[in-house]
Amino acid sequence: MIINHPLLGPRDAAEFVYLGDACLIDRPDWQAEDAAGKFHEYGYLRDNPAGLHQELWYHEQGDRSWLVVTRDTLTHAISKVELARDVARARGRGS
Amino acid sequence: MRYSAFKIFTQGLTGNKGWKPVWREPEPKPEYDIVIVGGGGHGLSTAYYLAKEYGLRNIAVVEKGWIGSGNVGRNTTIIRSNYLLPGNQPFYELSMKLWENLEQDFNYNAMVSQRSILNLYHSDAQRDAFVRRANGMILSGADAEIAGADQLRAELPFLDYDNARFPIKGGLFQRRGGTVRHDAVAWGYARGADSRGVDILQNCEVTGFDIENGVCRGVETSSGAIRARKVAVCVAGSSGRVMAQAGMRLPIETHVLQAFVTEGLKPVLPGVITFGAGHFYVSQSDKGGLVFGGDIDGYNSYAQRGNLPVVEDVAEGGMAIMPMIGRARLLRSWGGVMDMSMDGSPFIDKTHIDGLYFNGGWCYGGFKATPASGYCYAHLLAKDVPHPVATEMRLDRFQTGHMIDEKGQGNQPNLH
Repeated sequence: MIINHPLLGPRDAAEFVYLGDACLIDRPDWQAEDAAGKFHEYGYLRDNPAGLHQELWYHEQGDRSWLVVTRDTLTHAISKVELARDVARARGRGS
Repeated sequence: MRYSAFKIFTQGLTGNKGWKPVWREPEPKPEYDIVIVGGGGHGLSTAYYLAKEYGLRNIAVVEKGWIGSGNVGRNTTIIRSNYLLPGNQPFYELSMKLWENLEQDFNYNAMVSQRSILNLYHSDAQRDAFVRRANGMILSGADAEIAGADQLRAELPFLDYDNARFPIKGGLFQRRGGTVRHDAVAWGYARGADSRGVDILQNCEVTGFDIENGVCRGVETSSGAIRARKVAVCVAGSSGRVMAQAGMRLPIETHVLQAFVTEGLKPVLPGVITFGAGHFYVSQSDKGGLVFGGDIDGYNSYAQRGNLPVVEDVAEGGMAIMPMIGRARLLRSWGGVMDMSMDGSPFIDKTHIDGLYFNGGWCYGGFKATPASGYCYAHLLAKDVPHPVATEMRLDRFQTGHMIDEKGQGNQPNLH
């Protein structure tokens, strides 16, 4: 697989480390009433779709940026690559 | 028809005209006591043990393709019971005992071959961990044997003992481990279940569950609705997409694992050899091909095919520990998709929906578990309580803090 890095251009997927579903960006509020249940869902449950999947890849042997890659788990075709930072900010994380 | 050497002899004398199809191809009935979703090794063994051990005959196994077309036909055929943790090891030892008597039990030649499995170690710390595991195995009633480098040199002279990065210091043998003819396992269980009245419905894909007020009353299939008192899902690899139809999210990611086989060779490997530090394991099939593999590719995939970096990694592991493999030519490589669970261990449990049961999360180790998985799942379905050796394989164990994490990696499925 070739991941088209937004800053560095096309890179071999072997340069990256895979973490998992990009829902890991959406860390629950630890002070909420239902925090224990939400953290169980966050830590352990996954949609695991057969089809388009947004996932986190880390460019360990490159610029060490975190990316959100949209990839089809049935064909491995990559349709979109974004910096995780931009995705997190668009979802209201960080400042 | 009961198979025997005498039967082969008499059939040979009469032109082999008396053999019958091994299972029927029935039409689905509108209702069953139990519908098992998934006609792989685990689903068929569940049906077999339900019929044989618990006397339940009004059962259907629904399979979207043909039986044995999934992981039971795509694995590297290894059986072993060399786990450590009390939540796992007694279960796998039960499986090993069932393997040992399987062919007599279901009267089918599954070519169970206890040719031994060896895990190599390369350091003092790894040896200590293996000795601990060996003690755990022996406590569960399994066999285990620690062999030093001198003994291994005598038994397996072709390994690279003086490898610069991973010198071989010894290994953990389980002599009762070995290999089995994987397709024959599916066929043998199918034949045994069918002859006891189980309907095996091939080319019948489940497209939804009939769930009303928290009770599952059947399945929707490509051949129409089938009602059932109990629905038992058993589709490891596809658990995510099947259980999504019941609105469930699982502690599972689906990953792809590749396997490889060389051209046929004269016998060179006496048993199974695993080189965990180098992501490589190998055995030799009865046809002579070296069957080998390594780690999962490491990203979510339902594609049943992997990528080249892992091919390279596995080949490097093989060349590092067993340089003679470089003289063999690779014949085929393939991929299978597997349920990678959050702690590397499986599930055999009820769900929160009444009448809906779940068996999955077998990671890359489902084949060896086939007999015990079916046996324990049948126990759960028949009695509604878990089998004593499967009490920890619960779906809610991450919520209650009772993980069965053999490697201690935490909730990172691609590291298990």
